[in-house]
Amino acid sequence: MKKVFQKPHALVDIPQHYCPGCTHGIVHRLIAEVIDELGIEGSTIGVSPVGCTYNNYEYFNCDMVQAAHGRAPAVATGVKRVFPDKTVFTYQGDGDLAAIGTAEIVHVAARGEKITTIFVNNAIYGMTSGQMAPTTLLGQVTTTSPFGRNVAQHGNPIKVCELLATLDGAVYVERVAVNNIKNIISTKKAIKKAFQVQLAGLGFSIVEVLSTCPTNWGLDAIASLKWLEENMMPKYQLGNYKGKDLEV
Amino acid sequence: MSKKVLMKGNEVIAEAAIRAGCRYYFGYPITPQTEIAHYMAKRMPESGGVFLQAESEIAAINMVYGAASTGARVMTSSSSPGISLKQEGFSYLAGAELPCVVVNIVRCGPGLGGILPAQSDYFQTVKGGGHGDYKMVAFAPESVQELYELTVEAFNVADRYRITVMVQGDGILGQMMEAVEFQDQEKIELPEKPWATTGTEMKRPHNVITSIYIDPEVLEQHNLKLQAKYRLIEDCEVKVEEFNCEGAELILVAYGSVARIAKSVIKLAEKEGIKVGLIRPITLWPYPSKVFDKYVDQVHSFLTVELSAGQMVEDVRLAVNGRKPVHFYGRMGGMVPTNQEIIAKIKEILGGVAK
Repeated sequence: MKKVFQKPHALVDIPQHYCPGCTHGIVHRLIAEVIDELGIEGSTIGVSPVGCTYNNYEYFNCDMVQAAHGRAPAVATGVKRVFPDKTVFTYQGDGDLAAIGTAEIVHVAARGEKITTIFVNNAIYGMTSGQMAPTTLLGQVTTTSPFGRNVAQHGNPIKVCELLATLDGAVYVERVAVNNIKNIISTKKAIKKAFQVQLAGLGFSIVEVLSTCPTNWGLDAIASLKWLEENMMPKYQLGNYKGKDLEV
Repeated sequence: MSKKVLMKGNEVIAEAAIRAGCRYYFGYPITPQTEIAHYMAKRMPESGGVFLQAESEIAAINMVYGAASTGARVMTSSSSPGISLKQEGFSYLAGAELPCVVVNIVRCGPGLGGILPAQSDYFQTVKGGGHGDYKMVAFAPESVQELYELTVEAFNVADRYRITVMVQGDGILGQMMEAVEFQDQEKIELPEKPWATTGTEMKRPHNVITSIYIDPEVLEQHNLKLQAKYRLIEDCEVKVEEFNCEGAELILVAYGSVARIAKSVIKLAEKEGIKVGLIRPITLWPYPSKVFDKYVDQVHSFLTVELSAGQMVEDVRLAVNGRKPVHFYGRMGGMVPTNQEIIAKIKEILGGVAK
């Protein structure tokens, strides 16, 4: 019988540890499909973050380096400077990238480091059990903003794509979401383009993926997707922020 | 034919690294070690390598972590406040067993302190400033010639054991010019690194560099493996100089530039009829504890001299283990003891009377 659907080769065939309804698995699969389609598994080195995906080095079949909290862009820089002709990507969450690792992500973009960052934004710290993240929305209740995030006490959420798009070295910046089939297809296109931008040696590329965290949002999988659409999407506008017309 | 040239300590460190096959340097400016970066910025491109000025000390050490993951020879350098910032990275490098070389040209603290020489980073170097049970090998050169030789050796030891090796100097050593003799051909050990993340080329299972082991049994085994490695290093890599120790009634213990002062003190003391020796640890870790056994019966006491409030003296006391008095003399804040100060201290200890 003909096989019509299977795991991408770049994804290890083992169960993943993510919570039911979590969208990390989708993002992992899309990255792996892109690696397969571009035929770059053997020449790709990924960098794992701190957070729920700290051990995604177990899930990707390419070589992987696990980094300290927020430092993935610096670690990726070290790898890429040794191997300018290989593909290097980081996979980071919002606490990792937009709080403790703000300096590293800003400067990797400023240098135009030829790496790709997949930034998963679910507006909360997942691994440490639901604290306020830099991307937590105003009014959003978390374990460290139990009365809801407010401007006076916590300031406004950080819009990472808008911020990084101001830097000349960031050549491809796009925000996507994995809340429905259409957007999942767009996400894969964006991830593929981001890797192609790196392969063409054009500069730093980043794809921000709006994602869910049912466990820490206290919602079921379906309600989480709805919450993402109704709350995150108005604040974090989907679309290309830079490099839409880049030839790759 | 090897040739002798007059060079500044910091520049010699950089040249030694390049001669040892280091092709990646990531750093951040801080006095009094910045000449290392200046030299690297010029010489690395000439040597086909990469010099990169990082946005912070933290970023620099993590760039080192990334480059070391690929198996490349890589180095960073800094001075005390910057080294404090790198402690996170040292712990991760140890956990992930990545070889690299770090240079610390120590300046005085605490806080921003000052830019003058000190030895007050001994604790954070040998006791581990970062979290977890880990060790770094630490070399303490006393001259520009040794800065060169020990920097080359640092890369070999780092690769041999998959460990961070620190070359720890101070503001005096980094800034002073001395004659140095380069070898025509360095003795370079380049072991195979099958663990490195070089890309699988679809020819092997994927390699993973990590320091996290969530399962406690696995993490304990990982720690036991690290500890076994540290014991092996303690057995094989101790370096120490015993200077004028035979028949000495008092033995000075000092490292780095202070050991140079101690050697002048020994000559002066001899003129006054006092026989003084010197134990000079060249490795701060592994510490040359066993060498004290050779002299403990013969001496009146030991005198540790440091540019600190008394840090290495704790390891001297552990080595001597109460068998003889261990005295301490230190200066801080960038002040350096004079020969006369140390002689006076020796006389005070020996009761002011030469035997």
